[in-house]
Amino acid sequence: MSTPTRTPTGAPEHLTGPGSGGVGDDAQRPDGVLKVRGEFAYGSDLWMEDMLWGVTLRSPHPYARIRSVDTSAALATPGVSAVLTSDDVPGEKVYGLELADQPVLALDVVRYQGEPVALVAADHPETARLAAARIHVDYDVLEPVTDARTALGHPTWNQVHDSTAEVTELSRESAHLHPEGNLVRHLKVRTGDPAPTADVVVVGEYEVGMQDQAFLGPEAGLAVPAEDGGVELHVATQWLHVDQKQICSALALPPEQVRLTLAGVGGAFGGREDLSMHVHACLLALRTGRPVKMSYNREESFFGHVHRHPATMRYEHGATRDGELVYVKAAIYFDGGAYASSTPAVVGNGGTMGIGPYVVPNVHVDCYGAYTNNPPCGAMRGFGSVQTAFAYESQMDALAAELDMDPVELRCRNAMEEGSATPTGQVIDSPAPVVELLRRLEAMPLPARSGDGEVDLRDMPGGVSNTTHGEGVRRGVGYAVAYKNVAFSEGYDDHSTARVRLEVVGGEPTATVHTAAAEVGQGLVTVEQQIARTELGVERVVVHPKDTSVGSAGSTSASRQTYVTGGAVKAACEKVREQLVARAERLVGRTVPDLRLAGGAVVSDSEDITVPLADLLGDDVLEETLEWRHRPTEAIDPETGQGFAHVQYAFSAHRAVVDVDTELGLVKVVEMACTQDVGKAINPQAVVGQIQGGTAQGLGLAVMEEILIQDGKVRNPSFTDYLIPTILDMPPMRIEVLEYADPHAPYGLRGVGEAPNISSGPAVLAAIRAATGLPLTRVPVRPEHITGT
Amino acid sequence: MDFLQPVTWAEALEAKAAHPDAVPIAGGTDVMVGLNFGHLRPALLLDLTRIADLRDWQVADGAVRLGAGVSYARVISELGDRLPGLAMASRTIGSPQIRNRGTVAGNLATASPAGDAHPALLAAGSEVEVASARGTRRIPIDDFYTGVKRTAMDDDELIAAVHVAPPSGPQQYSKIGTRNAMVIAVAAFGLALHPDRRAVGTGIGSAAPTPRRAPAAEEFLAGELDSSGLWESRAELPEATIARFGELVAAAAAPIDDVRGSAPYRVHALSVMARRALSWAWADYRSANQEA
Repeated sequence: MSTPTRTPTGAPEHLTGPGSGGVGDDAQRPDGVLKVRGEFAYGSDLWMEDMLWGVTLRSPHPYARIRSVDTSAALATPGVSAVLTSDDVPGEKVYGLELADQPVLALDVVRYQGEPVALVAADHPETARLAAARIHVDYDVLEPVTDARTALGHPTWNQVHDSTAEVTELSRESAHLHPEGNLVRHLKVRTGDPAPTADVVVVGEYEVGMQDQAFLGPEAGLAVPAEDGGVELHVATQWLHVDQKQICSALALPPEQVRLTLAGVGGAFGGREDLSMHVHACLLALRTGRPVKMSYNREESFFGHVHRHPATMRYEHGATRDGELVYVKAAIYFDGGAYASSTPAVVGNGGTMGIGPYVVPNVHVDCYGAYTNNPPCGAMRGFGSVQTAFAYESQMDALAAELDMDPVELRCRNAMEEGSATPTGQVIDSPAPVVELLRRLEAMPLPARSGDGEVDLRDMPGGVSNTTHGEGVRRGVGYAVAYKNVAFSEGYDDHSTARVRLEVVGGEPTATVHTAAAEVGQGLVTVEQQIARTELGVERVVVHPKDTSVGSAGSTSASRQTYVTGGAVKAACEKVREQLVARAERLVGRTVPDLRLAGGAVVSDSEDITVPLADLLGDDVLEETLEWRHRPTEAIDPETGQGFAHVQYAFSAHRAVVDVDTELGLVKVVEMACTQDVGKAINPQAVVGQIQGGTAQGLGLAVMEEILIQDGKVRNPSFTDYLIPTILDMPPMRIEVLEYADPHAPYGLRGVGEAPNISSGPAVLAAIRAATGLPLTRVPVRPEHITGT
Repeated sequence: MDFLQPVTWAEALEAKAAHPDAVPIAGGTDVMVGLNFGHLRPALLLDLTRIADLRDWQVADGAVRLGAGVSYARVISELGDRLPGLAMASRTIGSPQIRNRGTVAGNLATASPAGDAHPALLAAGSEVEVASARGTRRIPIDDFYTGVKRTAMDDDELIAAVHVAPPSGPQQYSKIGTRNAMVIAVAAFGLALHPDRRAVGTGIGSAAPTPRRAPAAEEFLAGELDSSGLWESRAELPEATIARFGELVAAAAAPIDDVRGSAPYRVHALSVMARRALSWAWADYRSANQEA
């Protein structure tokens, strides 16, 4: 049985210790000062003498056949060095993370607005843009398929009501956007009684709009042709090696000739897991023999990366009069857009965890991912679990209302705990403190209401826009709890590689950590340093630039890097430490059982031994490289969804307090409180930062963030109209971090980044419902939904 | 693209006369967005930021003459008492950076129906002073907006200043956005009570092809205040009067559905904003009496 390593856990300031920059300390980021001073070089800052600028011509149509492409006028433009189409792709012409179905450049059909059709390289970006506008593409415009259920031929929800009726026939009516049909994946979870009955039944239909990652640093990179006929690509990305694999395939080059280095990344959140300009820049560089920079502007960025899947969901919950869940049936539809991207894995998460962190004996879930002509959707923080949490937590509130029971009490009564079985038959074998997370939230004091004194507009819905001085304002409180798998699931060989070197530099023992794990702003570089400091007992740790000259670290996604790359760095350090201890024992001429590394020396607590590393190493360099894996998961049964699908779960809960101007439909989130179990806070300050950021992103989806699509076309590709929370929208937070060690994970840690993104939005939605008394089944909630206009 | 940077007003007017298609740039908060996204490719940019005179404001004949180069930030910090409605509108604009750069004249020149300054200028009663090499004229604010992003200015004219009458009574400004800061208006409303003229001024933003007033609402309210002797008595306004005023303001709008909001919501929101703005302004009017 695991016990909290810090009890009681508490507010962030209590987790903070001065420390020496090791594990558990608030070590300072190595890139922090540069970023604050505006001196950090992001991908868009890359620059070389004699470089060319690449731009992309994109389809204006969501669905069209290409009759012809005429590039002659573009090529004739002075300053233009190359104009490329799909004919110029030397290798495989399609790529993809899980299924290779997306053209590098459009073949005969474009399937979404913004699909790349042609490329131009020129000596100035304006010249390149002008030339791209001179490419004549003759389109035969087709009627787009813009609804996931229509695409799959499931116009009704009948499969929820009749559990024995399986929908296998895809509609013959709907256009097949891909040769195999419009179904990307159908995941089934079947456990318990297929036809359960219950005293109390609530049914709800829910909809989640398309959220964007809205990272601040748009897609950018620089491709440099190499003397060996290969290419070096500096790019802001999330997973260098999966990029490399896809680029090699498109360029028909071996990995040795496609070398990637991570450029400065300004946020990712899943949106950089797919390729954007990677192959394009390489194609142009190899064709022209010159370095080529590509850097999207904000508008192009909205077309240049995948988004969060919009979802439509229907849930049916059955419970006893006492509030014990008897069954859950759910039909979940994810709109994957034009290409698969990571839709299969999103369906995997949405389906397997789609009823939330509750124990339910009878579960029947169908989760679908569909192709449509909407923008491609793929990875985004929370990855399939964000959408379902809105549905299952809304259902829990509806059920509580039906039972006349407190919503927290209902959740606690059905909460998972260590030893519980998930609907996929997996026994949870590490702490699952769902009840404690909720009870701790409940015990926190509620924020005060605005006093009778002078009104501070900044505290009001509408802010300084001066729409209310209290008129029409009602307060609501809502709770939500969620869980999320950490790392890659369903049998994926999920590993990372670390190379750790120890040597004496300028008299000081210095460790160098080399991994390919992308630092996207989350602070992994800090964590790598902290682990090396703790394991090797040295202060100075250099983080080697992230590149493909070391093995894959896997993706910076799925809340996995501290776990998996952290685990790899720890293991590589341990190998180095073994060598040091062996050397020390040779020096003292015998075995000493308690030798350890501290303060730049090998020391013993039982004997008076202190061997400085500088003496032990001399001019020698110790280096270890190893691949590290978490314990394996397994594929789930295709008919029942049963199996050990996920290696670890992260749990978090939120309480939201909102003030709603019920007459104008404007919302002010007054306070967000979060409790989360992180197993072990490797860097408490960074943990709290992840919780705050994840909370803000979840709040954003609940009340404002949506890519609006009409007939397959994006209506708001700008930060003028795609709104993300400001400081007046994101309130102060109360945060309690719990540390119940997971015995299977390095240091007992749990992935942190995603869980708070999942439970935050549903808590906000619940609070708005509480304030307004409205059912509110769609997010983002717009003012119109509240005012009914 | 060419770039001209006159240092005197006369030079600027000559340049505009010689190049009527030149796009003037002051704060650049609209122009630069257009340039960066390729929506705007003028042959010539006319930079007005070197003309020191434009950055001044003066009080003449009781009215404020607000130079075309005065930023929103300065309207807030320097003119909150003289131009209360415009200062309230300025507070709703963008971020501190935008308010430091953007100008009321830029808002006028762009003439977006969503421009935040317009409802306040309409309600307060204003005149736009425009100039060309041919001379100077004043355009009443009611005649300034002629269509979506169109104005009564000629191609060779530049905005020199805006003249805003001093407040003789309370002013209010409200704006709806779908977040609590840095947002384009979904709908906006400006109100000015003019006890000196026994009149009411209104301005509606983002709810018609141009910013506009709500004349029927103004006349109704002024009539009620007159006939019931409320200007003098400063008694409480009847709820029915407030409600009717809200309805008439809403009725003056002609909004569309767009990504920012639905037409019915805009109409509804205007009626709510108008009611609340009136109740706040009237409360101010009443308390001003008590202080007096």
